[in-house]
Amino acid sequence: MAITGVLRPGHAQLRVLDMDESVKFYTDVMGLVETGRDASGRVYFKTRAERDHNSIVLRQADRAGLDFIGYKVLNQATLEDLDSKLKAYGVVTERMPAGDLLETGERVRFQIPTGHTIELFAEKTDVGNGMTYNDPEVDVIDGKGIRPIRMDHALLYGGDIDGARKLFEEVLGFNLVERVKLEDGATDLAIWLTCSTKAHDLAMVRHSEDGKLHHVAFQLASWEQVLRAADIMSINRVSIDIGPTRHGITQGTTIYFFDPSGNRLETFCGGYDHYPDNHPITWSWEHVGRGIFYHDRKLNEAFLSVLT
Amino acid sequence: MPSHTITLSDGQSYRCPDSESLLRGMETLGKKGIPVGCRNGGCGVCMVHVLEGTYVARAMSREHVSEQDEAAGRVLACRVRPGSDMQLCVIGKMKKSVCRAVEPSDVPPHST
Repeated sequence: MAITGVLRPGHAQLRVLDMDESVKFYTDVMGLVETGRDASGRVYFKTRAERDHNSIVLRQADRAGLDFIGYKVLNQATLEDLDSKLKAYGVVTERMPAGDLLETGERVRFQIPTGHTIELFAEKTDVGNGMTYNDPEVDVIDGKGIRPIRMDHALLYGGDIDGARKLFEEVLGFNLVERVKLEDGATDLAIWLTCSTKAHDLAMVRHSEDGKLHHVAFQLASWEQVLRAADIMSINRVSIDIGPTRHGITQGTTIYFFDPSGNRLETFCGGYDHYPDNHPITWSWEHVGRGIFYHDRKLNEAFLSVLT
Repeated sequence: MPSHTITLSDGQSYRCPDSESLLRGMETLGKKGIPVGCRNGGCGVCMVHVLEGTYVARAMSREHVSEQDEAAGRVLACRVRPGSDMQLCVIGKMKKSVCRAVEPSDVPPHST
């Protein structure tokens, strides 16, 4: 099936406790490009390789966490169609006007059963990636910071991940790629969903509180780049949670670390391609440690407890 | 660089320079006692009650530290640098039971 509905994660708005410190971190350490500031004080970033105007939006607040994550859809007709399907499914949707987020068209906003705010949008200005569409050069990783390829996915924590999965699968066309079962062998502790051929565009873990963020991930090109990111983190005294290591689930290589407000981020490389005819992979409770952290082969306390 | 003696309610102590947070100071020396989370004021797991001592605190997520908490010395160890020797009671969630007996009864439930 060609990717024609929901394409990919397009933007995530994070709450930060100190904007100046955060801008410095996302610019100098993450190596993102600041692309704008709006009247309400939000600061917009993209990776150098991303073409759309923004993928990370920071908002100063008195608590850390995720305001919302937005998925880009193919075009305006798709947006209208998915809005109708959401409403028919019983989801209350809200239209955020074009321009409310800089260089971004109208957004369809709704809450999923885990309490998170999700958006769909079709338009975001293509400001380019520094290369031309005609006869481009290769973009060499140079200059300061980690310089990821793209904002890649998020892992969200909340109660009703079954309801959220049903909505993503039945209305938005996502597929289940992997899952971890609880001790009872029946209930999902965690699920990995894709709207593309990536191993995940969204992951969810069952949790006692709704609306929590575990991490927002950025894609890197190689394991070598993951190690380079770790060096940059140490040079800048970044708070590292775990890694560099590998996930059994998705098979990606990884570092979990925290932004200056305690929002967990991930620099991630690899993962396999998923096609809609692939069967989901199931992990049993006994092997969850290896599934999450393939080398340590155990869950750490922070994975289940440290959230914003 | 001045450093101070930080004593936890279980009797453990360590020296923490005034340039480091109480949490980093503990971790750097390989000590344990305060739960380690994001280290940046967002997740709330390293909450301590300052029983004695002076300190400087940075912004902490209001999700976990209310104004009343802050005024009463219930703060996140990752956002606090010592200004003197300090005595702490650990009340963070991952180690909630460490000193429940002396936990103030008006502590609101903290979420992570």
